[in-house]
Amino acid sequence: MSSTDTAQHGTPADAYPPDDMGRWGEFGGRFVPETVMAALDELEAGMNEAFADPAFHAELALLARDFVGRPTPLYLAERLTEDVGGARIWLKREDLAHTGAHKINNALGQAVIAKRLGKQRIVAETGAGQHGVATATACARFGLKAVVYMGEEDMRRQRPNVVRMKMLGAEVIPVTNGAGTLKDALNDAIRDWIANVEDTHYLIGTAAGPHPYPYLVRRLQAVIGEESRGQMLDRAGRLPDAVVACVGGGSNAIGIFHSFRDDPVRLIGVEAGGTGGALHARSLSGGKVSILHGSRSYVLCDDDGQVVETHSISAGLDYPGVGPEHAYLHATGRAEFIGATDDESLVAFDRLCHLEGIIPALETSHALVIAERIARDLGPSGDVLVGLSGRGDKDVDQIAARRGIE
Amino acid sequence: MNIPRPSLAVYLMANEDAPALAEAAVRGGATVIELGIPYSDPLADGTTIQRAAQAALDAGITPERALELLAEINDRVDVPLVPMTYGAIVESYGLEDFCRDAAKAGAEALIVADIPPEESGPLRDAAAAEGVDLIHLVAPTSRPERIESAAAASTGFVYLVAAVGVTGARENLDPRVAELLELTRGAAGDTPILGGFGVSTRAHVEGLIAAGTDGAIVGSAAIDAIERGGAEALEELVRDLAAGLPS
Repeated sequence: MSSTDTAQHGTPADAYPPDDMGRWGEFGGRFVPETVMAALDELEAGMNEAFADPAFHAELALLARDFVGRPTPLYLAERLTEDVGGARIWLKREDLAHTGAHKINNALGQAVIAKRLGKQRIVAETGAGQHGVATATACARFGLKAVVYMGEEDMRRQRPNVVRMKMLGAEVIPVTNGAGTLKDALNDAIRDWIANVEDTHYLIGTAAGPHPYPYLVRRLQAVIGEESRGQMLDRAGRLPDAVVACVGGGSNAIGIFHSFRDDPVRLIGVEAGGTGGALHARSLSGGKVSILHGSRSYVLCDDDGQVVETHSISAGLDYPGVGPEHAYLHATGRAEFIGATDDESLVAFDRLCHLEGIIPALETSHALVIAERIARDLGPSGDVLVGLSGRGDKDVDQIAARRGIE
Repeated sequence: MNIPRPSLAVYLMANEDAPALAEAAVRGGATVIELGIPYSDPLADGTTIQRAAQAALDAGITPERALELLAEINDRVDVPLVPMTYGAIVESYGLEDFCRDAAKAGAEALIVADIPPEESGPLRDAAAAEGVDLIHLVAPTSRPERIESAAAASTGFVYLVAAVGVTGARENLDPRVAELLELTRGAAGDTPILGGFGVSTRAHVEGLIAAGTDGAIVGSAAIDAIERGGAEALEELVRDLAAGLPS
């Protein structure tokens, strides 16, 4: 594709692939026990074959339209914009995708690849439960067995999603190790995969893990940025000044950023600032380079390399690592990563509820905190695009309990 | 590193009891001691070793302390010592520093469970500079070319994963061990091959020997025995397993 094409259509989904070692710069790679190395080779080959096969793209496009409801709308948040008094705030409505978040884009794509590889059993981790629900949904749709690992603490705070997964026929396995959150769920999902690697596909929910997962997930999520870039040009008549998305492992952020990679557009990832003090999950703005869950990236760990406890009000951002491509965008300065605290996110949550009639996920609320700040800084001539990655139905029990809403 | 043939390697978690436990294991017939340096997120390990690692971390065992314990073990037993850990630990320590301090403490070889041969270049160089062997794993799922490269890159011994999965005692070893062993033998040359993952009974050891390995590695079953009955139970288990080796 020529540079003129890139200017018109954005950065293609397959541009900026990792190198032969599965790395972007020093980040990424494959740091896993030998038992699963062959499965990663098999997946990489299966992924390459699928992406080279027009039938695969046709199948995904049909699913995207008729099953997921794509393209998702781009919505101009007029009352929020007016209240902030700055740049126009545009919301890319992934919350309106089937199952209520962007996670379905990846889950369906990987399920189709798993099916092509002849795998009958899918194992996944979930934090907020959105990826678990997306996986359970994709597995029901394709007749695959779904086993989802979820931390005990997360099962408590995201109970509605636990119920949804079970209704869809998935087996949900509580994880009691560690703090019982997303990191621990990944550990156990990977251990299950190691034990059952011959008939099982590990359907990771975020743009992390060993190569080829970060690249695979980015390619499957790049549709968010592709659609919103075109929608911005149509609706606003220009590209946004900034694209803002929340980052746990980073799948929705890498998905919405990628298309804008070669544009003069600020890419801003928002990490969980937790309590604003020592308890947070800011891997990029507060961690160091180490190895976690199969790849080299920024990790919240101590000087010995032991992973430390993280905190976020949002289960989906409560993760001590981050996808390696984000680490690379951070290290090279192409993207900026900022924290938003629990309290700030709850305020942004309320504001979107009251001003726009949209209940966002707590994860997404972190992005809204920074989007408002950037919009204010840019002033009325600017445009800010926000990845509205998921809806907040799953969070209503947690917030109601906090607020004493009956 | 030169290990006797046949060999029985016993894995212990680094903790304050490890030196006494190592003595017990050697009394029972262990010819190699592997010392686990605890890591918070041990992906290759099943529940037994995860629990032992967490207990060691809770007790304040740092990588530095683990290497001190290794040196203490080195003073008390006369078998080759092999630290086993994860990439995050050795990288945080610094590859050169880690290999130097480990060698000083008496390590003759090193196993890093999540650094496969293709990612191991810098570690291999750092280990070689200190005369420490680097041991890679081959698994029943490994394709022939991977088995060859892992076996050829291993010095000291080759760690043959005898069961698909994480570490942990189990009933049966993988039926493909014989086939895996044949491929490994071809690439490993004179380097000994020890089978591990799931080894918990004398029958397992006999099975591995009959398949043609140079011995066995016992980890989770050793830790189970220690939890059950301390050094005495460990020594008894090791003696029983060692009886499965040809004399």
